[in-house]
Amino acid sequence: MKYRSLLAAGFAAVFGLATAAPAAHAAKDKVIIGVMNDMSSVYSYLGGMGSVVAARMAVHDFGGKVLGKPIEVIYADHQNKPDVGAAIARKWFDEDGVDAIVDLPTSSVAIAVQQVAKERGKVTLISNGGSSELTGKFCSPTGVHWTYDTYALAHVTGSAVVKQGGKTWFFITADYAFGHQLQDDTAAVVKAAGGKVVGAVNVPLNTADFSSYLLQAQQSKAQVIGLANAGGDTVNSIKQAAEFGIVKGGQRLAGLLVFIADVNAIGLQTAQGLMLTEAYYWDQNAQTRAFAKRFEAEFNGKVPTSGQAGVYGAVMHYLKAMAAAKTEDGVKVVEQMRKMPINDFMTHNGKIRIDGRVIRDMYLFQVKSPQESKYPYDYYKQLAVVPGNEAFRPLSESECPLVKH
Amino acid sequence: MLDWLHIAMPPAPALFGQLLIGLINGSFYAMLSLGLAVIFGLLNIINFAHGAQYMLGAFCAYLALNYAGIGYWPSLIVAPIVVGAFGIVLERFFIRWVYRLDHLYGLLLTFGMALVIQGIFRQQYGSAGQPYSIPDLLTGGQNLGFMFLPNYRAWVIVASSAFCFGTWFIIERTRLGAYLRAATENPALVQAFGINVPRMVTLTYGFGVGLAALAGVMAAPIYQVSPLMGSNLIIVVFAVVVIGGMGSILGAIVGGFALGVIEGLTKVFYPEASSTAIFVIMVIVLLVKPAGLFGRAS
Repeated sequence: MKYRSLLAAGFAAVFGLATAAPAAHAAKDKVIIGVMNDMSSVYSYLGGMGSVVAARMAVHDFGGKVLGKPIEVIYADHQNKPDVGAAIARKWFDEDGVDAIVDLPTSSVAIAVQQVAKERGKVTLISNGGSSELTGKFCSPTGVHWTYDTYALAHVTGSAVVKQGGKTWFFITADYAFGHQLQDDTAAVVKAAGGKVVGAVNVPLNTADFSSYLLQAQQSKAQVIGLANAGGDTVNSIKQAAEFGIVKGGQRLAGLLVFIADVNAIGLQTAQGLMLTEAYYWDQNAQTRAFAKRFEAEFNGKVPTSGQAGVYGAVMHYLKAMAAAKTEDGVKVVEQMRKMPINDFMTHNGKIRIDGRVIRDMYLFQVKSPQESKYPYDYYKQLAVVPGNEAFRPLSESECPLVKH
Repeated sequence: MLDWLHIAMPPAPALFGQLLIGLINGSFYAMLSLGLAVIFGLLNIINFAHGAQYMLGAFCAYLALNYAGIGYWPSLIVAPIVVGAFGIVLERFFIRWVYRLDHLYGLLLTFGMALVIQGIFRQQYGSAGQPYSIPDLLTGGQNLGFMFLPNYRAWVIVASSAFCFGTWFIIERTRLGAYLRAATENPALVQAFGINVPRMVTLTYGFGVGLAALAGVMAAPIYQVSPLMGSNLIIVVFAVVVIGGMGSILGAIVGGFALGVIEGLTKVFYPEASSTAIFVIMVIVLLVKPAGLFGRAS
């Protein structure tokens, strides 16, 4: 191996080929998909190795080869740090010949990596990352935002809660880009529906104790307490809200980003009645169950999260488009992806807009009570299906430079 | 720009509520920093595995409930014993080799252990939390007029105050405590009196670890039980110990409660700074009184 690259370097130097294209590209004999996400910390349960499993399932189902070349799935941990993510992305694209990076939770990292990919005409397929800015200000011609975004969550959950009479809101917000975005998106929905925001508190990320904030929320007398946070923060705030008798006192909680693993951590006794928006729930129909069953068999009996399910769909669609476009060129493959409707176990007649947003149905769920839950992970009742063009931000409001107004 | 300076004074009852909450959180800090202070004061080890041991306590309660049907109350006793015994094993096989070396070695060793323990649990259970509910006896709460006080929080503050006082009493006011303190000052001399110092040190480490596990069990119903729960808390607790004075039992207790209250008030007046307030205080204390508020300058 060492000798071969030495030889290649010498060869390139002699013939003056060295700078134009990194060696990996010239000798590229396979298509490489890189799964990049949090593998070790707070958000690893949303994607983590499960996303690698999902990507490998998609590659397997596709047949393992595209354009006559084998497909390889590699992965890395971005540690929720934008600089780490961007450095891995550069190495992957420039040295290792990676064609597309998938998953990308933690919006700040997703934004950084999407920028690196955009400069190189490489593809990003974002599943677990949430910020709606990924298809707004920071959109990319080679970036696809697959599963959900903050706008859709705010819109679906927010308007459902206002419709049920929750007119005054108090926000408990995670104090970083994602939390503020989620709060702003939701506040806009609340105000548009005739509601009012009576207060908000910015809480540092990874807070264990929410009692002080819950007390402030309680004293605000708002009808709804909107939780613009994620992961452990959401779990802790909901658990402690129950302890402080928030729901019993007549106030309502609106979890703006709640995943099935969070509901599991909270427990149904406490989580029951909570409304939430998701792109996929394993127990919706025969197809979603079939996918979950296969996934569980591959991944220690864990049900797939919507983000992991999205990784499968995104990789499958990417490979189909590559086969149809007959090229590995990122720009052309994404163009092809936009032309083809998306149809798989979780997405029906989905489409990709010019800004990279996947338009798909979103589902409004309510968490079951312990009595209603009959088997493991029997957690949600479906309340509504919200068509994609209602759930996601309309192109007319987009700040994406690719959109011509 | 300086919006946050326009601080609206909350009404007095609201403030009472926040003070009480601060005390409750402070009691957690006190219990954790107490264990650290005991271990540092008597063993001279900066126990960075304390957060992982706190997490082990919570997981022990979770596993006991799900695999053996052992509920919250027995777990309060079982988990500290199990985790304390585990601590004793660690002490016997690893930690005792670094007593005579610089503090840094103990710190690195225990930090490494913490990473390994957390890694194993993350591998096994993922980083998502596990459910654990409040025991039936303590659900619900009392309306105090100025706030709704959950029964469980009331229990936390009563129980941890009792444990803190008990530990302080044993170490500062009993014969056993006197032996311990003497063994720290001059182990050779104490051994010459026929006291088995190594065993005493081992048991002390086990006790400190048990305190961490106890705090973990008490935290399980209100915070999420996850492999990372300790790593989030340990840095704050260290700051508390440094402020109180490394190794000072009283400093750890008073520091824990006081910083809980200060942090609680920050959450009302300028919530964005609540995770930083303790460290700002730490810097000030270190500048003014480098040995900590209750520490003895060496």
